[in-house]
Amino acid sequence: MSAKIYRARHAMGPVVRGPALVASDGFSARYDLDRIKGIFSRPSHKLAGQSYVGKILVLDTAKGGVATAWMLHEMKSRGIVPLAIVLNSVNPILAQGAALGDVAMLAGFDEDITAAIQSGAEVEVDPQQRLLKVL
Amino acid sequence: MAMKLNDEESDILAGKAGPVPQQALRHQIKVGEFFGAADFVPVTQAHIMADTESLGEAGVQWLEGLAATTDGQRRVRIPTITDPRGTDFAKADWLGQTSVMLDLERRAIAAFEKLGVAMTNTCINYQTIQAPTRNEHAAFGDTGVVIYSNSVCGARSNFEGGPSALSAGLTGRTPRYGFHLPELRRGTVRIQVDHTPTMLNGWGALGGVIGRIAGNYWAVPVIEGIEGASKSDQLKHFGASMASFGSIALYHLVGLTPEAGRLSDVAAADLPVHSVTRADVEALQRSYHRDDQVDVVVFSAPQLSLYELGDLAKLCDGRRFSLPLLAVTSPQVKPDSDRMGYTARIEAAGGSVLSGMCFYQSYAREISEARGWKRLATNSAKLVNILGGYGYRPMLASMESCVDAAVSGKLMQT
Repeated sequence: MSAKIYRARHAMGPVVRGPALVASDGFSARYDLDRIKGIFSRPSHKLAGQSYVGKILVLDTAKGGVATAWMLHEMKSRGIVPLAIVLNSVNPILAQGAALGDVAMLAGFDEDITAAIQSGAEVEVDPQQRLLKVL
Repeated sequence: MAMKLNDEESDILAGKAGPVPQQALRHQIKVGEFFGAADFVPVTQAHIMADTESLGEAGVQWLEGLAATTDGQRRVRIPTITDPRGTDFAKADWLGQTSVMLDLERRAIAAFEKLGVAMTNTCINYQTIQAPTRNEHAAFGDTGVVIYSNSVCGARSNFEGGPSALSAGLTGRTPRYGFHLPELRRGTVRIQVDHTPTMLNGWGALGGVIGRIAGNYWAVPVIEGIEGASKSDQLKHFGASMASFGSIALYHLVGLTPEAGRLSDVAAADLPVHSVTRADVEALQRSYHRDDQVDVVVFSAPQLSLYELGDLAKLCDGRRFSLPLLAVTSPQVKPDSDRMGYTARIEAAGGSVLSGMCFYQSYAREISEARGWKRLATNSAKLVNILGGYGYRPMLASMESCVDAAVSGKLMQT
């Protein structure tokens, strides 16, 4: 069976494979995460209480402030970081953070990527080809 | 597609100006090409968000690596200033901050100074340092600074996170994408409001409702129905909250902000229209009011202007607080607050005036654990939106109600 493939308009970082953690919700490292425990901590977030470590986050849009530009780099230095971030809509901060932290990122699809991918699915993020593949 | 570089940029990329600007330009190209930027645009000033809770040990070491470089140009090329630090050193013990946090702050400051960055430590530089002018291209960090500068001043900036704002300072330019492009500054959604807030918490709540509707960075709300001329502090809270709730970097107020003299100047006729009522704004505020008991009152996010401190001082006269009350301002405003007697009046009631930090950028989770503060009352919609993730139960109310809560320990239903 061939892999289901989704093409992104924006892409950055290394090729990675891992389990998807999916929600139709936003993302900000400062607003949403307990970066010490490696979990979503914002009570109203749809992934509250779940670990993001080693996951390929598939979320709707970048939210919040500018801190994520530093925080992805800091989280990566401790190994408490998502494997990749996949968004319907990205903002400059997430992209700047991914650039500094060398975190794989895809953004901008022709369909709602949070509806297309199942949480727990094994996926590959291929920024060179701008592709998200369900394995 | 590869960005087009001029001769100077090609030289920087080739390392002719040294490794620090070379690294900065590489970072900018990576981001610029991600967003499809055709080229660079010169910027006149940069503003860096870099509190050490965000930087961590890794970020500080990264800065120290740049600062230790001896080859070529190491210092910024344009005026480059900083957002709030992670502490007010004079109040750090009282906040329960540790020596590890303070050492990290000192190291970050030393590194920035070696890079030629001016430690202004403010998120209201448009009120205290130098407001940008219409069409001025800048590289501002802090979402509240960007949305105010774009919307109220008519300047041109994207959200520039710390590494990118520092890069802009080092190279004197930024990739030309997003709100540097005139076509992306046009409205994408019309918002019709049926009332004009009077209190700052009301302006923040209205900004939050609009931010949620607009919903993402590339959305530009065009807002109709605001009556009269809005004050700088009102638009400060309005924009900071809109940016916080919606990641919004630019809005237009028809008939008020510089690019929107008429609706047709910024909006096509067929834009989707949303109505925002007083009930919507009140509902947002009520949604945070889940307790009557309060542990701490905080005025911050953005830092308070001299006028806000003056208003707070009036409310403090003759009162005696049973709870800690924090009022956070910039290092530029604090000396004036001291000279005008505002600081003394706030502190006579039992409050504390802090300088050069912002509450949520100052290890808010660790402060909560050290001081036992969970239930927090504030008039900042931005602050209530942020602090939930830090383990607080934040509540939004007027400055007057918050001061009353500092006296009684209870927040009246708002």
